[in-house]
Amino acid sequence: MSADYREISKNGLWNNNPALVQLLGLCPLLAVTGSVVNALGLGLATMLVLTGSNIAVSLIRKTVSDAVRLPAFVMIIASFTTCTELLMKAFTYELYQILGIFIPLIVTNCAILGRADAFASKNSVLPSAFDGLMMGCGFAGVLLTIGAIREILGSGTLFANMHLLLGPAAENWTLTLVEDYSGLLVAILPPGAFIVTGFLIALKNVIDAELERREKARRAAPVVKGSKRVRTTGQIT
Amino acid sequence: MAFMKASSPHAHGITSTADVMQQVLLATIPGLLALSYFFGPGSVINVVMCGFTAVLCEAAVLKLRRRPVMFFLQDYSALVTGVLLGLALPPYCPWWIVAIGTGSAIILAKHLYGGMGYNPFNPAMVGYVILLISFPVEMTQWAAPRTVLAEGQQLVGPLSGLGHIWFDLPLDGYTGATPLDLFKQNNSLLVEHLYASEPLYATARWAGAGWEWVNIGFLLGGCYLLYRKIFTWHTPVSMLAAIFLMSVLFYDNGSSNSGGSPWLHLLSGATMLGAFFIATDPVSSAVSKRGRLIYGAGIGILVYVIRVWGNYPDAVAFAVLLMNIAAPFIDYYTVPRTYGHVKARPATEKSDK
Repeated sequence: MSADYREISKNGLWNNNPALVQLLGLCPLLAVTGSVVNALGLGLATMLVLTGSNIAVSLIRKTVSDAVRLPAFVMIIASFTTCTELLMKAFTYELYQILGIFIPLIVTNCAILGRADAFASKNSVLPSAFDGLMMGCGFAGVLLTIGAIREILGSGTLFANMHLLLGPAAENWTLTLVEDYSGLLVAILPPGAFIVTGFLIALKNVIDAELERREKARRAAPVVKGSKRVRTTGQIT
Repeated sequence: MAFMKASSPHAHGITSTADVMQQVLLATIPGLLALSYFFGPGSVINVVMCGFTAVLCEAAVLKLRRRPVMFFLQDYSALVTGVLLGLALPPYCPWWIVAIGTGSAIILAKHLYGGMGYNPFNPAMVGYVILLISFPVEMTQWAAPRTVLAEGQQLVGPLSGLGHIWFDLPLDGYTGATPLDLFKQNNSLLVEHLYASEPLYATARWAGAGWEWVNIGFLLGGCYLLYRKIFTWHTPVSMLAAIFLMSVLFYDNGSSNSGGSPWLHLLSGATMLGAFFIATDPVSSAVSKRGRLIYGAGIGILVYVIRVWGNYPDAVAFAVLLMNIAAPFIDYYTVPRTYGHVKARPATEKSDK
């Protein structure tokens, strides 16, 4: 069973990452990753909805017939999204206002419906919950990375306005990396999101290719340490 | 008497990319001379810096992609991209503008799409647009032409220009509005009164001091390229004709609501540079003759629409990029008639029938 969980987490975080491999949920990914705080806010919200909906879908998987499963899943996802929306309204109202339409739009994030149909409706509750969490982490991780890159390039800061999400304790977390930075505006505008996402996907492919190459090299030469070469021809003089 | 046997096609003339690119470089000289005469040495500095950076970026990316570096550098395409970007950039813009613009042109717009011949967008224009939307302040500061300088003021010299570019040393009020800028800001004066009150127009013959000669310079260079058959006449002529028609249609008899005279639109901004050097890029434009007519006309109309009703004073870069992405679509509907066929075959028809 533990190998199973390892597989699930590996899938969610890397091999089958919703943002970099499945390319699902690109709409919020591209729209709100202008800064770390926006990315983290949306990432957490998505993770919450994903985990919750996976658990609920897994619980009802034997009682809902195949014909009506998709509407049922969407209803579940919509209710979790509404809960998340209300939570954000209650605790992080300013961030809720900044993220705006993209919080309700979590309903339409294909990554969530995809996981519900592809995993949760076929597995028991615990693995489903874990899968939701790991997929959510993978998605939030990519959001955070893109948010950080775009914030650094676009405004020269990191972790600006974190208090909107984490309360007054994070009031002075803002790191100003470059003083007097005039800002590469394109990084904050939508084209910047596409470009950064493209580079991240390329980076992942490069890393995968390198890992595969090493794996191959490791398999190809099963030389035991300390073994000696054998001279078959010629004569030592 | 023995004749050398040669198989068809019996084509002669310029065939190699390097020759074409060299001719293009040569043809930019009149425009560059006009730019330097009216705005000082800033454009020459830009062209040199952009060309150098472009070649450097090209070499680095080719090395990374494990392609033969010298083979591809010798086709001069990177140098042309750099030079065209340098001509488009405002004189005396800081060095990092040059670096970011050229870098994104070569790396982002050219090599990420597969390099020479594979780029769907004109690399120089991608670099320019990235700069324009990222650094609107730096990118809209054009030098004032020599004819409108204040009494006793001189054009920026090469040394003080370089100081401004590299070390951000201050330059005294060298910037001024461009003719298109001024025209866009006007919302109350009749065209006639605007022209009389602004020295930028008053000291000019047709369109705007300095700018008209820069455009005529590029027009000359373009005519040379046409004469050398580097490209066909279709794209530039249809683009200029579209701009002309649009500006005649919306001239509104010179009222305060006028879109500007045809001369203003043809002979200022980047019109001629765009028509002859940017829109004719064989890689990113439409392919067939009919396609090129549509492609050029589309650029011309978009240039006018964005200039007059859009947010930016000049629009050649945006228009070219928008039509670049439409080029495959245009090609799809303008497949020429194949020799021996009565009608053009639709692009969807299978060739193995």
